[in-house]
Amino acid sequence: MKMVKNAAGRLVPTEVNGKPAVPFKGVGKHIPSGNKAAPMIESCVHYPADGDKRVPSIKEALKRCGIKDGMTLSSHHHFRNGDLVANQVFDAAAELGIKDLVWFPSASFPCHEPVIEHMKNGVVQRVEGSMNGPLGAYCSHGHMKGLGVLRSHGGRWQAIQDGEVHIDIAVIAAPTADPFGNATGDRGPSACGLLGFALADSMYADRVIIVTDNLVPFPCIPWQIHGNNVDFVVETDRIGIPEKIVSGTTRITRSPDRLLIAEMTARFIKEAGIMRDGFSFQSGAGGTSLAFAIFLRDMMKQAGVKARFIRAGSTKYQVEMLEQGLADFILDGQTFDLEGVRSMRENPNHINTSPFTSYNYHGKGNFASMMDVVALGATEVDTGFNANVVTHSDGMLLHGIGGWQNCLASKCTILPIPSFRDRIPVIVDKVTTLCGPGELIDVIVTERGIAINPRRQDLLDAVKDSDLPIRTIQEIKAEVESMCGKPSKLKLLDKVVAVVKWVDGTIIDSVYQVP
Amino acid sequence: MSIKGTAGRRGKDVRSDCWVSVEPVETGGIQFDIKSKVGFLYADSIRSLVSNGLEKLGLKHAKVELEDQGALPFVIMARLETAVRRALPDTEVPELLPELNPGTMKPTTRDRWRRSRLYLPGNEPKYMLNVKIHQPDGIILDLEDSVPPEEKDAALVLVRNALRVLDFGDCERMVRMNQLPRGLDEVRPLVQAQVRILLIPKCESAEQVNQVTAAVEQARKDAGLEHAVYLMPIVESPLGMFHALEIAQASPLVVALTYGLEDYIAELSGRKTPEAIESLWARSRIINAARAAGIQPIDTVFANVGDMDALEQNVLQARALGFEGKGCIHPRQIPVIHKAFTPTDQETERAREIVLAYEQARKQGRNVVSVGSKMIDPPVVAQALRTIKLAIAAGKLCSDWQERNES
Repeated sequence: MKMVKNAAGRLVPTEVNGKPAVPFKGVGKHIPSGNKAAPMIESCVHYPADGDKRVPSIKEALKRCGIKDGMTLSSHHHFRNGDLVANQVFDAAAELGIKDLVWFPSASFPCHEPVIEHMKNGVVQRVEGSMNGPLGAYCSHGHMKGLGVLRSHGGRWQAIQDGEVHIDIAVIAAPTADPFGNATGDRGPSACGLLGFALADSMYADRVIIVTDNLVPFPCIPWQIHGNNVDFVVETDRIGIPEKIVSGTTRITRSPDRLLIAEMTARFIKEAGIMRDGFSFQSGAGGTSLAFAIFLRDMMKQAGVKARFIRAGSTKYQVEMLEQGLADFILDGQTFDLEGVRSMRENPNHINTSPFTSYNYHGKGNFASMMDVVALGATEVDTGFNANVVTHSDGMLLHGIGGWQNCLASKCTILPIPSFRDRIPVIVDKVTTLCGPGELIDVIVTERGIAINPRRQDLLDAVKDSDLPIRTIQEIKAEVESMCGKPSKLKLLDKVVAVVKWVDGTIIDSVYQVP
Repeated sequence: MSIKGTAGRRGKDVRSDCWVSVEPVETGGIQFDIKSKVGFLYADSIRSLVSNGLEKLGLKHAKVELEDQGALPFVIMARLETAVRRALPDTEVPELLPELNPGTMKPTTRDRWRRSRLYLPGNEPKYMLNVKIHQPDGIILDLEDSVPPEEKDAALVLVRNALRVLDFGDCERMVRMNQLPRGLDEVRPLVQAQVRILLIPKCESAEQVNQVTAAVEQARKDAGLEHAVYLMPIVESPLGMFHALEIAQASPLVVALTYGLEDYIAELSGRKTPEAIESLWARSRIINAARAAGIQPIDTVFANVGDMDALEQNVLQARALGFEGKGCIHPRQIPVIHKAFTPTDQETERAREIVLAYEQARKQGRNVVSVGSKMIDPPVVAQALRTIKLAIAAGKLCSDWQERNES
């Protein structure tokens, strides 16, 4: 494998799974040209005039789609760890004797562990998508045949529209659908809110299969997926485990240290003058992020400030803010609890979005760069503010990128993170895997103080008279090392097992095999 | 015949701690079996820590097992020392002391702020590492009731090491020792580890305070330590309540007096009521004794960590009675306590008016003045000055507020 040093100083392969790859050139430096990919022309002649596209099983649908060895199949993570469909797809492919498939999920979860068996028996050649849990371990240990390719949500859209990834068959699990293939995620026993991650697949894949456990007569209203893009509809008993799709109640962290980090993050936003009428913010559904949203909500209430919009990952807390008039809109990429699903279904100001509108970097702008402030997680940050979100400090694939890389485009990117976890420093000399360039990461909020990126003199000035504990990132790192001891250098093998794509499709870093 | 000594905790749910087993043998040197969750970064340093530690502890031949869940070096050292002590109960084992962190050597003062003091169980390392970020006025590493009898030895070693290594910033470094006589044996290692306040539990007499005072002064002298170590007796019995004044006056080292309710009410055969009338006499007694002795009266802990409104009411009542501080058992209680002990804007403004009016009156040779419809005399002014002091300490007022007022 030929490796070159990219603009971030990381060694990356020049070829990935047999196709040439572009090394990262710097933020905003890679400008592609040409036209987007286009789906093939179809004719109504091939589809039933009565609109009934139902076939009896996933296996039958795959057969009618013309499944062949080496094809790329996609699926989506709207059901998170409660997905019951993707495994059935590969079981069916195995029964059909198919080999060497490429699985292109929008994300994989521990429930997809059976795919490992299909990689061992040759049905699946590789996974191109985020891997964690057992799949992450399988890839990290070098067992996967091809290279893993990790993309952000926006990067996945970009890869599809740019023709970098061609999807032969997209399988879309839909909480409610009609026989024509119109589908929605906001209702039905497996309701997950929205189907935005499957939108690109429905538009660009050669063949599209809808799998549902809640078939309604035409028309399915609203239709988040257009039946006009759909080839077949399969009805099954169950497509997901509801309690694993969205949680009934969302958990806020109870750790006093994490609560303090969340509170300091909210205070920073207030003191820096970012929290003002008409502002916008985004936070995730992790325990610390939720707590942050609650502290911010209380500060907004106290100051009488209203946000124009919230970008989410929604939970009941964002929904409450919308309903209490603390925000005009929620622009939502995925719902994390039942309240989020309900609000999206019922409240016209709770809008479902897709990676196209929110994150796609090869478009005429996106929402991410308009955000006033985002709060995101990370596993490691280095003293240049470069951050890692996909591997653990031991080098194992741990998380997907999700929207993380895309969100870095915001006007102020904050990482609320502990300064160490179980003796493992979070602030390091050099991140194990580079996912986000330091020039896009503005503030680190730890329990031991807040470090502002020296590139952001404006933020340093904005909070210089506050009583926030502003320190340099080096000071915080030194304090942690004095407690934990200086760690030795992590030893990884030379073999590359996966690559991390930047939002423009270039390769920002390689993931190496762990011993 | 060798005994296997073990210390610490093992298992998946354990964090920032480790489990050590040491079995001294006749020959063969040290045989290691080390498993660490953070081995990919610290395997070599953990091995050399254990190896050097055993040498200092005087062990040449032993089987050593370590299961580490991300324990910091001072924790590993504490568990190792305890395991060796337990393996060699009849042998004089030297202390395995981590180097003193210079950040631990800050002095304290008699009359410093003691609004909040946070109790941490002394045998639980994970809570100690980040506690200072919550900024209580004092951090209490507890050797007494939160530590089971069979872990008292381990807790003392761990607390000693924590005190030597962890910089608690501006938080006062406190330890609740065990009841006497056991507590007397704990004084020397704690004093050497730069403890600043020792809390004496179930204190019933001046004699007990004197014993601790003697032990503290001896330990300071032996180690040549310059910084003072002060005492805060905890009265927890009817007899102690009757001796409150002599306890408060027993020693120049006593800077504050507090009390505990559970044992006290049990001894009274009383019952806890929402209004807490059963302890009103005791609370008043503690405050009066402390004030008479010129030391700080400090309230007991508030046990319901879920109810911050009730905590605030409780602290406001304590403040009204005369208490200057409150114990807490969860970091989220700290800001509530600080706020309740901080004068409101209105109180601060009123105190400012009183002090300024009084000084004006004094310039004119009068000792009494009226502000609004209220008559102001020296005791009212003393009260106002206390409020001003609190407001300055809480950052609500500049220390040079009078000069600013004039300019």
